[in-house]
Amino acid sequence: MSLTTPVLPTPAFVSAGTRNVRGYLMHNSRQSCVSRFSTSSPSLKDITVTFIEPDGNEVTATGEEGTNLMELAHENDVDLEGACEGACACSTCHVILDDKIYDELPEPTDEENDMLDLAFGLTDTSRLGCQVLLTPEMEGMRIKLPSATRNFYVDGAKPAHH
Amino acid sequence: MFCIAPLIRLRAVCISPNLLRGSSRRRLLTTKVANPPTVAIVGGGAAGFYTAARLLAKLGTTTIDIFENLPVPHGLVRYGVAPDHPEVKNCMTKFDEVASNPRVRLFANTPVGTNVDLAQRHPAMPLTVLRNIYDAVVLAYGASEDRKLGIPGEDGQGGRVGVVSARMFVAWYNGLPEAQDVELDLESYDRLVVVGHGNVALDCARILLTDPEVLAKTDITRKAVETLRRSRIRHVEMVGRRGPLQVSFTTKELREMTKIPGLQIVCDRQLLDSQCASPEGAEHLAKSRPLKRMMEILQKHAVSEPTETAERTFTIRFLMSPLEMVYPDGLPQVMRFRVNRLEGPPAKARAVPTDQTTDISCAMALRSIGYASAPLNECEFDPVRNIVPNVAGRVVDRNGELVRGLYCSGWVKSGPVGVIATTMQNAYQTANAIASDIDSGNIAECPNSRSEVDDQLSAQGVFDYCVSNSDWKHLEKHEFDEGRKLNKPREKVTSIDKMLRIMKPEL
Repeated sequence: MSLTTPVLPTPAFVSAGTRNVRGYLMHNSRQSCVSRFSTSSPSLKDITVTFIEPDGNEVTATGEEGTNLMELAHENDVDLEGACEGACACSTCHVILDDKIYDELPEPTDEENDMLDLAFGLTDTSRLGCQVLLTPEMEGMRIKLPSATRNFYVDGAKPAHH
Repeated sequence: MFCIAPLIRLRAVCISPNLLRGSSRRRLLTTKVANPPTVAIVGGGAAGFYTAARLLAKLGTTTIDIFENLPVPHGLVRYGVAPDHPEVKNCMTKFDEVASNPRVRLFANTPVGTNVDLAQRHPAMPLTVLRNIYDAVVLAYGASEDRKLGIPGEDGQGGRVGVVSARMFVAWYNGLPEAQDVELDLESYDRLVVVGHGNVALDCARILLTDPEVLAKTDITRKAVETLRRSRIRHVEMVGRRGPLQVSFTTKELREMTKIPGLQIVCDRQLLDSQCASPEGAEHLAKSRPLKRMMEILQKHAVSEPTETAERTFTIRFLMSPLEMVYPDGLPQVMRFRVNRLEGPPAKARAVPTDQTTDISCAMALRSIGYASAPLNECEFDPVRNIVPNVAGRVVDRNGELVRGLYCSGWVKSGPVGVIATTMQNAYQTANAIASDIDSGNIAECPNSRSEVDDQLSAQGVFDYCVSNSDWKHLEKHEFDEGRKLNKPREKVTSIDKMLRIMKPEL
């Protein structure tokens, strides 16, 4: 039996997270304590981006630097899910970025890539919205939502994982 | 209230609408419009809640009643997701929002369907009765059974445990009341076999090989921690029919095994490397990002032979199918396997028997070869695929005809595979179909108001034993409070009687 402090087998980036209402540790990867409701210091910029929903509808959204794309989408009633609430534990906030922004961002972590593995309609510029934080360089960025409908099989289709 | 309305309508027949005021006038003008549609959902797990969530978003006045067999909602989110995956359970916040919506009511401890198993505590409400009360009924009751191996010796012998369902093992450590008495043997020997190459099998292996003191801080039950502390299992072998390129588990769960301190991952490297390097294998991997990443993890971490100093090992065995469990005197039970070879391209490879066999001694085995849904007796069921026959969530009968007003969502609709996200999309598809049918008037018309629904539920005795959302939240608070004392998110109550005593002390 190890005498060192036990470490949960969780993603490496977990630090002191906040607990959600049921006491579960929320692993908000790479998020600092910037809350979307914080009275921001004047140096935090507002950045405006456009979400393109699966049906082609475009929604312009403005958020503070550091807000993640999933939160921003939710604040603006964009049709993007977030089952695990930003904990990098599902693939429902999957978004598709444009090539230029995608290339400029740091590589996704193993943990994010593991979740992207399960995303429907994965592309070369796919990211989890909850893991991408707004920066001034993203001003005017267009974010595509993948077509959400998996074609639910009636006969003989490939089962997914669980 | 009930007396007044018909009187007004009667009176209104004789009087011109223009002479009426306010609500009387509105009532006359709207008497032809039915009450807001009523929907019943059978099953309070992820499928049920996501169906309800989407219905709330798409329909403005529809009311939704969710019926759940257990006194507690959330299904496999509570009883299936591993305790060391708490973030996956964050979806319960959304379920809470749905349950607190004024248009939604939770009727827990209220089984539906005439299955004898469900009727342990009180008679289950027949499905046909529900269908007569509500405009639409959604079957979202998931999969509460599992597939057996069907091999001789499966059920144990002479005090030895044999093969136990992985579903039951998971349910046991997650606190499902009916699983608390499951017989396990984690002490008579240091090796355990899990049959299956999916994430449930991996979860079982991980829980067995993780330091119990780490698990003690999760919402795993206290009893499970005590049992795991006594466990002598140090070696888990996860055995599957086919090869490395046909595994069903996923990257995150495999990666977690590489992070358990002191655990050595073992597999046939020659097989792994040759499968990955073969032309068909390489081509298949190039097309499948998840599989490619998983093979890379194995190639980086797995050894063919464990070193002598390895205190714990996790071995992935390929190309083996269980034949029987044998019980030699005075020795651990032995699981005998047939060795297979693969035929066909990687995407469709078949396990073909050879005449070789191989044995693994073990304290016990877990079978993890799939969950299974049970039929509700009053409804069509496809016993081959273990689903309710349907087209995009609309239930069909054996002739393929749509059964008006009956729908299905989740695993009972598509088969017992998929993560929560899959179930979400699945449930949304069904909810879209219901919303569309309601909007176009295509559902069975049961013009019941919500209070008329209540009258009929009352006549069934439902209000004598049902548990509400606020009752459930009361129990949940108890679980949080007990958990806090033990430095864990919650300590689950694991007996139905105790749940009901806490939630409804007056019963």
